[in-house]
Amino acid sequence: MNIHEYQAKTILARYGVPVPRGEVTFTAADAADIARRLGTSVVVVKAQIHAGGRGKGGGVKIAKSPEDATTLTRAMLGMTLVTHQTGPEGRVVGRVLIEEGLAIQRELYVSVVLDRTAGKPVIMASAAGGMDIEEVAAKTPEKIVRVSIDPGVGVVPFEARQLGFGIGLDGPQVNKFVKVVTVLYEAYLATDASLLEINPLIVTQTGELLALDAKMNFDDNALYRHADIKDLRDLDEEDPLEIEASKYSLNYIHLDGTIGCMVNGAGLAMATMDIIKLAGGEPANFLDVGGGANAEQIRNAFKILMSDRNVKAVLINIFGGILRCDVLAQGVIAAVKELGVPVPIVIRMEGTNVDEGKRLLRESKMNFTTADSMDEAAQKVVQLAG
Amino acid sequence: MSVLIDKSTRLIVQGLTGREGTFHAKQAAAYGTTVVGGVTPGKGGTTHEGWPIFDTVRDAVKQTGANVSVVFVPPAFAADAVMESADAGLALVVCITEGIPTFDMMRAITFLKARPATRLVGPNCPGLISPGKAKAGIIPGNICKEGRIGIVSKSGTLTYEAIHQLTTLGMGQTTCIGIGGDPLIGTSHIDALKLFAQDPETDAVIMIGEIGGTAEEEAAAWIKAHFKKPVVGFIAGQTAPPGRRMGHAGAIIAGGKGTAAEKMAALTAAGVKVVKSPADMGRAIKELL
Repeated sequence: MNIHEYQAKTILARYGVPVPRGEVTFTAADAADIARRLGTSVVVVKAQIHAGGRGKGGGVKIAKSPEDATTLTRAMLGMTLVTHQTGPEGRVVGRVLIEEGLAIQRELYVSVVLDRTAGKPVIMASAAGGMDIEEVAAKTPEKIVRVSIDPGVGVVPFEARQLGFGIGLDGPQVNKFVKVVTVLYEAYLATDASLLEINPLIVTQTGELLALDAKMNFDDNALYRHADIKDLRDLDEEDPLEIEASKYSLNYIHLDGTIGCMVNGAGLAMATMDIIKLAGGEPANFLDVGGGANAEQIRNAFKILMSDRNVKAVLINIFGGILRCDVLAQGVIAAVKELGVPVPIVIRMEGTNVDEGKRLLRESKMNFTTADSMDEAAQKVVQLAG
Repeated sequence: MSVLIDKSTRLIVQGLTGREGTFHAKQAAAYGTTVVGGVTPGKGGTTHEGWPIFDTVRDAVKQTGANVSVVFVPPAFAADAVMESADAGLALVVCITEGIPTFDMMRAITFLKARPATRLVGPNCPGLISPGKAKAGIIPGNICKEGRIGIVSKSGTLTYEAIHQLTTLGMGQTTCIGIGGDPLIGTSHIDALKLFAQDPETDAVIMIGEIGGTAEEEAAAWIKAHFKKPVVGFIAGQTAPPGRRMGHAGAIIAGGKGTAAEKMAALTAAGVKVVKSPADMGRAIKELL
């Protein structure tokens, strides 16, 4: 799960991470008051969307007066912000963060992520803050310093010092940096974060360290123990069809193509998208109906697929292991009868009770196209989608 | 021969008294696996479907001589169950549970590193099967056939797909290992390949990966340096958009890393026969042998 910058900063401040003073607003009318309360000669107006690269896209502006803050906020709210992470369609700005202006001496980078191979968290720091870190990693990997953390021990101060000296901080700054890194790691662990990134972490003219930006992603599997974080979900940032699918516990991701897919198992669902593409088509979605899909889930899945106006044909690809093909066939027949699916349906099923399943499909006298293999199914559905 | 499980396997099921645990324990027994009992804390001393239930894994091991455990415990308690099995000294723990918090697994994996006698397979996996001998997990036995191909896969239904393609072409399997689709797993592609390397009855391997992480790239490097048997590879998620979690918690292209293209290139460079289409896995093995 993703959250906004201002929400991440609120969480981090709770753990003692120094962040700039600021307030979020949903209306331009409040902007001037917020700027006055902050009291700095300039304030920063920052669009809040779940994507990076906002500065370049025009989503971060400096206001020189409270009135200026209102004008900028008004222009920003409701605008479609396009960045390299949003895709060409962009995101509509619904919230704006207004923060105190700070005199910046240096911009650093620090993040905590999981090293999947080592099975440990890794803390990364760089003197090249404020830049796209993937670009830094690709072009100047020597500018990124890493330490691997023993999960049983946590961050030991010397590890944080290694990072601090490694990115060229002086003695007094390193002391502050150690404190920041220690509490960042604490916040990372305590919130079940999957990513915690501060870019930039700034050193001010007066030598203070502050998290000028903050990005946090969370482990969906752990949200059950973080009701406060779950509440931060912003439905405006999500695809309406995906929100609908999540109500039915369907694993659905909306894509741009014309061929709807319904598959059991995440790996097979990805592979089905791949084989559609190989056959010359474009998948309209990823959809894993799960290992134990029943008639109800299949009906729900059809509802979601049919809500996508781009879908010109549907491919059902099921490998019946525990899920029996005859049960699947009954579910499909019932759902199509009830919902009146107006597009061609290609069904490829294999595994337990497949012959019985195929017989049911045949005898239903409904207009299903069946296929014996995945490649045949993909070719047929691409043809039918036109 | 086979790897990890065979006729000497004595299986306990953690969470045997639950719906999934009951169903799959029966399936495993029906397949010919020696299922010796179950563990459900608080239900020790009772029996379930004829099997003795124990409060702790240590009790179960002492009373039954179990050497393998399958975990069907709900996500919030599954890492705990895995660690308990490791503490009891079981050689193999297979964790089927999907949805375990990553940091729970991080603790479990740290715990397991101090207990190298125990191997974890999974979590979020279908487990494993040695056709004709035993199964520990949920892979349907009826699609398998005894033979000489090994399978290692991050995905459940794609594993079934590969098994089915092989069986249809008349080629059987030594052992099929579903290693799981989570970011942190106990047995990696490399670990499984090492087992197949030492198994004289495994002639070739199908390796199925998917987007996210760098496990496939690491496996490619290891294959190039050490693995002498033919390998067919498939990577799911060639069309997956970046930044989205494709069903499996570990299947995500993050920061431009973990793409299918990178993995396919690394495997190809290591001499693996990489198929673009999931329909070609079985055929490719046949061509190689």
